[in-house]
Amino acid sequence: MNNVRNIILAAILTIAMTMPFLTRAAGHDEGGVNVKEVIFHHLEDGYGWEVPFSHVYRIALPVIVRTQDGKWVSFSSSRLSKLVEVPDTIMGGTMKVAVPQIVTVENGDTDYHFVLAHESKHKNKIVQIFPLDNGVTQSMVENIAALSDDGIADGYVKFDGTYYREYRPFDISITKNVLALFISALIVTLMVLSVVRYYSRKGMKAPRKGMGFMEMLIDFIYTGVIKATLGKKAKKFAPFLLTCFFFILTMNLLGLIVIFPGGANLTGNISVTLVLAVLVFIVTNVTKSKHYWKEIFWPDVPMFLKFPLPIMQFIEIFGIFTKPAALCVRLFANMMGGHMIVITLTLLIFIFAAFGALATGGSVVISVLFTIFMLALDVLVSFIQAYVFTLLSTLFIGMSHDDGHSHDTVNEGGNQPASIDI
Amino acid sequence: MELFTPDFGLVFWMFIAFILLFFVMWKWGWPVIIKNMDERADTIDKGVEYAREAKAHLDSARADAQKFIDEAQRKQAEMLRDAAKMKSELIEEAKREASLEAKKVMDAAKVSIEQSRKEAELQFRDEVSKFSLDIAEKMVRNQLKSDKAQNELVNKLLDEIEKN
Repeated sequence: MNNVRNIILAAILTIAMTMPFLTRAAGHDEGGVNVKEVIFHHLEDGYGWEVPFSHVYRIALPVIVRTQDGKWVSFSSSRLSKLVEVPDTIMGGTMKVAVPQIVTVENGDTDYHFVLAHESKHKNKIVQIFPLDNGVTQSMVENIAALSDDGIADGYVKFDGTYYREYRPFDISITKNVLALFISALIVTLMVLSVVRYYSRKGMKAPRKGMGFMEMLIDFIYTGVIKATLGKKAKKFAPFLLTCFFFILTMNLLGLIVIFPGGANLTGNISVTLVLAVLVFIVTNVTKSKHYWKEIFWPDVPMFLKFPLPIMQFIEIFGIFTKPAALCVRLFANMMGGHMIVITLTLLIFIFAAFGALATGGSVVISVLFTIFMLALDVLVSFIQAYVFTLLSTLFIGMSHDDGHSHDTVNEGGNQPASIDI
Repeated sequence: MELFTPDFGLVFWMFIAFILLFFVMWKWGWPVIIKNMDERADTIDKGVEYAREAKAHLDSARADAQKFIDEAQRKQAEMLRDAAKMKSELIEEAKREASLEAKKVMDAAKVSIEQSRKEAELQFRDEVSKFSLDIAEKMVRNQLKSDKAQNELVNKLLDEIEKN
């Protein structure tokens, strides 16, 4: 599977690299598709959630920010943009476009102004804006911007041709990703509690169909991974590990659905995987096992490796952090890569549109086929990544809570793969 | 590149969401499911064991039943044999008794025949003696028609008495 993915990635990269030349050759520099912009627009978080099959209307979500003077302010994300009718150059007539606007919130006797930053260091984030300080003129800021590498003046935001001083507030808005997190958590809760309710109603009767599948998954993880690795301690850590598995699986699969309840790239966002990894780190290291700390500070290796120079100790302590970090990056990179490939494959249609009808038609067929294939592969990857995350977390926990007498409790299960390189 | 730099808001909410989810699952979700699955697995194991035992019981019961049936058949055969034997014995006995009875009857008949015969003989003898006496009387009468013959006889008888 890795090979397939590599081949596809290589193909896409080749196409992506030759693309600028192609577009230039076709004379479509202006009005072409900004591939990077589109990809990141789909992968990144956002205020508001696109209504299915519309680029203009968005589901309004609450923005919660803490202003520079320490006040909590909340407003609807729909206020960040207004709909403007512009002439449609392709189809004729008019079309609606969302245009960003300044949001003014009154709190007490002060007005606070916010804007969705575009030309700023905090791109696509909400910033609080102030008029320029005394003695600073528009041209001065423009000069600063012109001198910087990326054309952006640090600490200033350009909106509608005017520079403002910006302040990035403490932002705990319910963004698209946050809402998707809650939806995922709700789905997991409903699925699990439906099984629980089934038990309380039907007693010992084994569930069928959907609930049977749910139970099969739970059993697969609990018996196949947790119990096989942790043995007697399985019951203690099972709630955490099972929650991890089902939460990740739900988020992964939800991310593959294009429209509303799905479409948020959750596990392909490092914030999400970071929290998961930190939690695994905490669960792994909050242990009373003397053996675990002994293995770190006084491992069973020849003396010269640990005494005058603490080489092994250094490696072991480093390992404490790299293990969860690897978990974090593995999940993030796999999911984000999957999403990126799918979006890129879809974008091929728009890229090849520049070469006339034949190229467009051909690329539609090829793109759709490849996209379907990649999405199917991503369903598999979603499951595998959730499984791998849980499996490795279980192994780390198993190793750290090992009391030293039973080295073979880890890997005791026998039905788990010895090594996974995904 | 927002994707590669953790965003505080999302980290905060992710943490909250995970902790909430974990709490709900830990309190009302996983332990119940695990307990139920374990219990069901135990029940199934016990059920299998029970079924195996029940089958063993059934097999032994069947063997017992077969034994009983065999025994019964053996007894039946024995009884049939006995009955047949008894029947033949009875017939034999009856025959014997019948022949005995017949013999008795025959004997009785024989005795009565013998008696009748003896009576007849006796009667016959009487008859014969009577006849012979008659004949003798007639003969004597005939012979003794003359006086001479009568004398002679008297003489003769007297001679005989004298001789004695």
